[in-house]
Amino acid sequence: MNSLNNYLKAVLAIARKDLAAEIRSRELVSAMLVFSLLVVLIFNFALELDKSARENVAAGVLWVTFTFAGTLGLNRTFAAEKDRGSLDGLLLAPVDRTAIYFGKLISTLVFMLLVEAVVLPVFSVLYGISLFNFLLFGVILLGTFGYGGVGTLLACMAAQTRTRDVMLPILLFPVTVPVMLGAVRASTGILANAEWGDIAMWINILVVYDVIFVAVAVMVFDYLIEE
Amino acid sequence: MTPSTPKALQTLNIVSILMFVISLGLVFLYAPREAVMGEAQRIFYYHVPSAWVSFLAFGVTVVAGIAFLRTGDHKWDRLGLSSVEVGIVFAVMTLLSGMLWARPSWNTWWTWDPRLTTYAILLLIYFAYLMLRQGIEDPDKRARFGSVYGIVGFISVPITYFSIYLWRTIHPALFGTNDAETKMRMETPMLYTFIFSNIFFAVLYVTLLWHRLRLENDNARVEELRMRASNA
Repeated sequence: MNSLNNYLKAVLAIARKDLAAEIRSRELVSAMLVFSLLVVLIFNFALELDKSARENVAAGVLWVTFTFAGTLGLNRTFAAEKDRGSLDGLLLAPVDRTAIYFGKLISTLVFMLLVEAVVLPVFSVLYGISLFNFLLFGVILLGTFGYGGVGTLLACMAAQTRTRDVMLPILLFPVTVPVMLGAVRASTGILANAEWGDIAMWINILVVYDVIFVAVAVMVFDYLIEE
Repeated sequence: MTPSTPKALQTLNIVSILMFVISLGLVFLYAPREAVMGEAQRIFYYHVPSAWVSFLAFGVTVVAGIAFLRTGDHKWDRLGLSSVEVGIVFAVMTLLSGMLWARPSWNTWWTWDPRLTTYAILLLIYFAYLMLRQGIEDPDKRARFGSVYGIVGFISVPITYFSIYLWRTIHPALFGTNDAETKMRMETPMLYTFIFSNIFFAVLYVTLLWHRLRLENDNARVEELRMRASNA
């Protein structure tokens, strides 16, 4: 029990460190936020949306916005450590390496959820669709968790390559297709008041994906930061 | 000193070429013309085998990846990389032959059918795999990252297929007829030709993989010599 306690403490310490750095600099979340709003606006020009078209594509636009903003945040999680040379410090800490993964995952999730919390009401107003729905919040949570879970693993990889900022989306997008599809379909279903059976199927996929990939990430994370 | 081509590989070369010629004969002369789809159906004898061999190749990469992460022996990583490259060749063949078939049969080069979509994503995953490796200089890190991405990418494929499949079955209008079409009745000569093609492609895979692996071994040796020279 004691070792579990220590492990959790290490996870939270890493997450808290990232959050504290962000609270002082406020550079990442604000950039993600402005970027998200830009994406929402650009979609409006690009798709020439009338009322019925808006309702059909709302979930898709929303999730593309979230994933793009998420990539922006994920790119910095490990790259920032690498730039400051503080990754070595983290590695020297006498804790299980996966604590670093979970710590980073938590801080990434907090950043993404913060951005989503601001984008949702703005989106509701601009697109004229009410997004205040607890089921939708649940889907957003699951989708963000799956995306962040795989994203944190691959961001750690991408940060250590030569073309790191370019590398992350290329590695991440093809692997996260099920998350995107599941989240978009479930959200569309919820917004269209579809039957529960149709929505539940997609929520199942999200849960299965989240479980499998976080498990795999824990198993292989050690190999990504070996020195 | 590069060792000369081993006897077994030389034999494989000849067997592959012979089997290729025989398979051409079987496909175009022995197998009868399919009643519904006509001549275009013959492309199946190459399309299907190259598809499953590509999955075999990417599966070998997963096994090699796990073996590398366990043992740290670089020969496994070289096998994984070689298998990905050969797999991509087969995958591109599958995609192109499928498009050639789809044009006369479905009247379009491409549809967003679950199989096609998943396959396109699969191909992108392995392009990403190659780009990832290109971006890393340290051979040890390159091998570790390659192994991890080979595993993660392959695991995502069945889930991707399943999710796209569900998505499309909700709108069945587009592809309701698809399954009936693919379940063509196989007559005995067709079946023999099909089985032979499958074996041929498996042999071809082994041959190409072996050649590619030998090339990769040489690459590794050159890299090692260069490192030693720059350190001296």
